[in-house]
Amino acid sequence: MTALLETLDTPFFQRALLAAVVIGFTNGFFSGFVLLRRSALSMGAISHTMLPGIAAVVLITGVLTQWGAFIGAMIAALIVGLGSVAVARRSRIPQGTALAIFFTTAFAAGVIIQRHIGTAAELEDWLFGNILAVSDSDLWVFLGIATATLTLSTLFMRPLLITLFEPHVAAAQGVPVRTMQYLLFGMLIFALVASFQVLGSVLSIGLLVAPAAIVSLFTNKTTLLFWGGGIIGAAGAAAGVLLSVPTQTPTGPTIVIVQGALFIIACLLSARYGLRRHLSISLKPNPKYTQ
Amino acid sequence: MTDCHHDAGHDCPHQHHHHHELVLDGVSVSYHKTEALKDISFATSCGNSVALVGPNGAGKSTLLKTIAGLLRRSSGSILWRGEPVRKWSREFAYLPQIEEVNWDFPITVRGMVEMGRYPHLGPWRKYSDHDEDIVKQAMALMHLEDLQHRQIRELSGGQQQRAFLARSLAQEAHVLLLDEPFAGLDRDHSAQLAELLRGITLEGRLVIASHHDLNTAATIFDDALLIHREVIAFGPARQTLDEANLKIAYAPRPSAPSITLAH
Repeated sequence: MTALLETLDTPFFQRALLAAVVIGFTNGFFSGFVLLRRSALSMGAISHTMLPGIAAVVLITGVLTQWGAFIGAMIAALIVGLGSVAVARRSRIPQGTALAIFFTTAFAAGVIIQRHIGTAAELEDWLFGNILAVSDSDLWVFLGIATATLTLSTLFMRPLLITLFEPHVAAAQGVPVRTMQYLLFGMLIFALVASFQVLGSVLSIGLLVAPAAIVSLFTNKTTLLFWGGGIIGAAGAAAGVLLSVPTQTPTGPTIVIVQGALFIIACLLSARYGLRRHLSISLKPNPKYTQ
Repeated sequence: MTDCHHDAGHDCPHQHHHHHELVLDGVSVSYHKTEALKDISFATSCGNSVALVGPNGAGKSTLLKTIAGLLRRSSGSILWRGEPVRKWSREFAYLPQIEEVNWDFPITVRGMVEMGRYPHLGPWRKYSDHDEDIVKQAMALMHLEDLQHRQIRELSGGQQQRAFLARSLAQEAHVLLLDEPFAGLDRDHSAQLAELLRGITLEGRLVIASHHDLNTAATIFDDALLIHREVIAFGPARQTLDEANLKIAYAPRPSAPSITLAH
């Protein structure tokens, strides 16, 4: 216990905790969009694709900055994402298959590039994150990303939601659907880049999916998905950081395990949309079939 | 509704004294190199219901989407009130086929109907008491008050169609473009929906709906537009859908007529 308190007292640990809260909230908030887009798997592919993008930028420029990371991640994501769409359109290969081939190839290339620019020990940080290495300036960047993306998504929440629900109807209603889709894609990449340092390329998708999924088991209120997701993301990430001290586990994986555990508990508890409804199907008629 | 100065006190707020016309002239649409619609021309006006009839792949959905402004046409013009439809997009409501909707979206019936106000509110304007009144009226007209807190998957097929229609009414749309609204409905629910659509046209709106059931088309709709990539016939539903016309429309044809082997 005293060891925990001592650790809590160090500035690097406090920075890590603050970073976890900021990034957890941002990613938790955006997990609402991932859920509504039904794109958890392709976002997972894109989070892996960040690795070669960021590594290539470091290889070219020699330094790792948040902006460089964003641009590298964005370019790699666009190449892999649009490439898979182009292949699917022009051949008999389904898009999911093309995406899986492209992102694993890109990821493998990223691992190789990374070897050229760093040591093996650092590779683990790239894959699974290292929140304890967060600096003061990183923290400011996280806060900036959080402020900008949360403001933008709040400002455009109405057209974003209508677009996600039914893009055709949205377009017919005069929503600039294309712009909204690009805006959303850009913000999701920002959220992923922000969590890259904390969770790494492999695990960052965990925080960008689970929180809103947990909330959606309990509510039909769309706005709750975002704010509730943000709170669960922040609280879960902070809990993960704190837990990692007494358990002496790596921080990134602990954060993701906390989210996963919360999700399983939510499935078991949720009366309306989770497992319990399926268990009770013989007792209560499905509301779908009652008038 | 720009020139409908009404208040809730009048019994029929959208009764028009002048008729707005929808005029399609020579509209063609191509997907890549395949011509999906060729030289479609017809005119109709508000207060009517039009069944869009034709075999699978005849271009019914394409025509609805084109009128809604979702697809680019390669030629021709679509005028509403004598002006390009783009200028009047808020007066058009498009309802996709039931399979195209994400029914798991965490939204209630009420939330969906409220979305109909978007063309009037845009991203930032405040949702006012006036908007609330219109949403409530729309839900009352479609008998949805008791269902307003249901998630949209927890509705029957007929209820889902009513919820969609309520959203179009909340939008105060003049023209409703419906893609197969009767698909999957049993007889009672079809009859109920037909009754509601009749009410909507009596208010002075124009309803254009693709419809696959030849037996019911003439009883539900005033007019019919029979198409197979081009217009086969247009006019009062019963005459338009006679045996001779249907034979032409449903006759087998090559699947990609515009592949150019020779000139």
